[in-house]
Amino acid sequence: MKTIRAPYQPRGGVHPRYHKELSASAPIFRLPLLPLLRVSMSQHLGPPARPVVKKGDTVTRGQIIGEATGYVSAHVHAPTSGRVRGIVDALTPTGAYAPAVEIEPDGQDTWASTIQPCSHWEDLDPRELVRRVAEAGIVGMGGAGFPTHVKLSPPAEKPIRTLIINGAECEPYLTADHRLMVERAADICTGARIIRRILGGPRLWFAVEDNKPDAIAALEQALGAGGNEDVGIVRLKTKYPQGAEKQLIFAVCGLEVPTGGLPMDVGCLVENVATTLAVWDAVVNGRPLVERVVTVTGSAVARPANLLVRVGTTYADLLLHCGTNGPVAKIIAGGPMMGLAQPALEIGIAKTTSGLLLLPPDFVSVFTSVPCIGCGRCVGACPMRLLPSELSKLLEAEDYDGAEANHVMDCIECGCCAYMCPAHRPLVQHMKQGKARVIAKRAAKASRKTS
Amino acid sequence: MDTILVAVAALSGTSLICGLTLVIADRFFALHEDARIEQITALLPGINCGGCGYAGCSDYAKAIASADAPLNLCAPGGIAVLQALCRFMGVESAEQEHRVAIVLCGGDDTKTVHRFRYNGVADCAAAASVAGGDKLCRYGCLGYGSCARVCPVNAIEIIPHRLAVVHPDLCIGCGRCVRACPRGIIKMIPAIRTIHVLCSSKDKGPVVKQACQVGCIGCTLCTKLAENEAIKMDGALAVVDYSKPLENEAVIEKCPSHCIVRIPASRHENHSCTLSA
Repeated sequence: MKTIRAPYQPRGGVHPRYHKELSASAPIFRLPLLPLLRVSMSQHLGPPARPVVKKGDTVTRGQIIGEATGYVSAHVHAPTSGRVRGIVDALTPTGAYAPAVEIEPDGQDTWASTIQPCSHWEDLDPRELVRRVAEAGIVGMGGAGFPTHVKLSPPAEKPIRTLIINGAECEPYLTADHRLMVERAADICTGARIIRRILGGPRLWFAVEDNKPDAIAALEQALGAGGNEDVGIVRLKTKYPQGAEKQLIFAVCGLEVPTGGLPMDVGCLVENVATTLAVWDAVVNGRPLVERVVTVTGSAVARPANLLVRVGTTYADLLLHCGTNGPVAKIIAGGPMMGLAQPALEIGIAKTTSGLLLLPPDFVSVFTSVPCIGCGRCVGACPMRLLPSELSKLLEAEDYDGAEANHVMDCIECGCCAYMCPAHRPLVQHMKQGKARVIAKRAAKASRKTS
Repeated sequence: MDTILVAVAALSGTSLICGLTLVIADRFFALHEDARIEQITALLPGINCGGCGYAGCSDYAKAIASADAPLNLCAPGGIAVLQALCRFMGVESAEQEHRVAIVLCGGDDTKTVHRFRYNGVADCAAAASVAGGDKLCRYGCLGYGSCARVCPVNAIEIIPHRLAVVHPDLCIGCGRCVRACPRGIIKMIPAIRTIHVLCSSKDKGPVVKQACQVGCIGCTLCTKLAENEAIKMDGALAVVDYSKPLENEAVIEKCPSHCIVRIPASRHENHSCTLSA
């Protein structure tokens, strides 16, 4: 085990004010059960899960209430025991509507009988380990929600040589992963070893930004001072968006994921620390992913906290615990750079919700965007080496072919361009719309080809 | 003297060879295209609106010439073009109904409740992708004018409080706005019709009432007043069945939420006609 400084510096990026001090020292607090949980069936990339319970059913904690509907999909489990109040059409944090199962907890919190702890995961076949991860409905908890069991099953011709556990947490304000590394370092390390076994023993790196020295110390202690050369910690220089998959791979390995490709194309795999902990919980304790740590923060929050909450807990319930001071102008699920503004408080926490950010009016500006002045700051900030200014002009003119030719599909929507833009152009929104249109166009082309 | 003769001879020779090549190419490699396609294209309006479902007027002309398409698809051309096409193709009778677009929503900013202030790209699809739109109603017009921007004849106006309204007199019935609306609330209807239910919300009454002053609450009163089931219920939403006549103006006054309105019919010269030789 060794700790090294990041050998490479990803290009571009920005240095926003981090505001992590609001909640960085708050220990993880387990939120008590609240009267209602609204568990969405759409908490992952891909089509929503299919509800398999109905109104009036009694469920136990960890029982499957939504079945995965395809390969890139994940099961949804009951976060506690109780009665199903109904299945409603509810808003998800992404702003879409999807079916959600409303559960009234009975207070007993009884685990389902199907939960099987396992003390000897070292003896299990890697395929059995992947099956347990799939059964537990684990998805990437950093935000994208890509089903983890799919990621852990790379094709044989693309072996994984490097496994990176992502503890960068480069988003301002968020401290959920930070607290997990400080408090649960040993379990995260075990989780990482499980993933390593699944992938056939690649080199293992923990990547943490240098603004979290206590997390690095905790991981060092958990890994021990043993002479294992295949495990190490990379101390990254703090910069946004370093926790993005492609930027992290570059910072650690110096490899660039090809355009349109996946990390496995360069023999890498990145897992978030919260996901790694969920893998440990699923394999060692047999428990599915039904709770996560959420940072409730922002200067409009009276008592910023890192809360361990059940999936489906509504924002309103989180705020009951944390309180607000003064008026709130904007509520964001996730961090301020990539998070999504939320229109209501009755939305339930999803597996991918890493934080809830409440901003007072003086932190929120209402802007009018003006034409591009050609300053090029967005070009300098773009970590993917795109030309956001040109792309946004193409997309404004609805030239989707031109945008595709200029690699709009490589945009990671990190928001650095819009953060830098002095003309306040809604660059990220242009990219998001453009990507949606290009995907629709490709799908139409593919369906024409098959018909 | 010699120099100029050589130049003239060389140029004449070259042009003769080129000319012969062109003649041979024209004779042997000619593509025999149906001569009628060009003539039919000339009969069509030539604005390439795409309302017929083909990629522009000449594509539709090609389909007509190969007898793949009916003659009554050109909405902007109306009766005049239909008559010309019938005469040209020797068809004895054809029917066409003038159709216009209508935005089935009456909830402008003064009548609807907003969940938040949207500060982003002024485009309906972009606005709908941010938390499902700023209006509390998930079905209503977003008012950012995506439909107005695609209209080839500027027949759609975004009225002051952000609501898209089609002017039936100007609408040529191409249907581009129908495809542009991310909410899917623009419909093509017979231009002669005047009574409409201006609501698309499938939510139940109490939910609609919270969101909008002029939303259909699903009371079913109009379905009882309208003759021959000309208004039917689709869940909690009253929908006009445009295939049946609706004359009873009582539905407008009796509607408790004022979402049934009368819009003057288009002044288009021929609303529908049957052409016979």
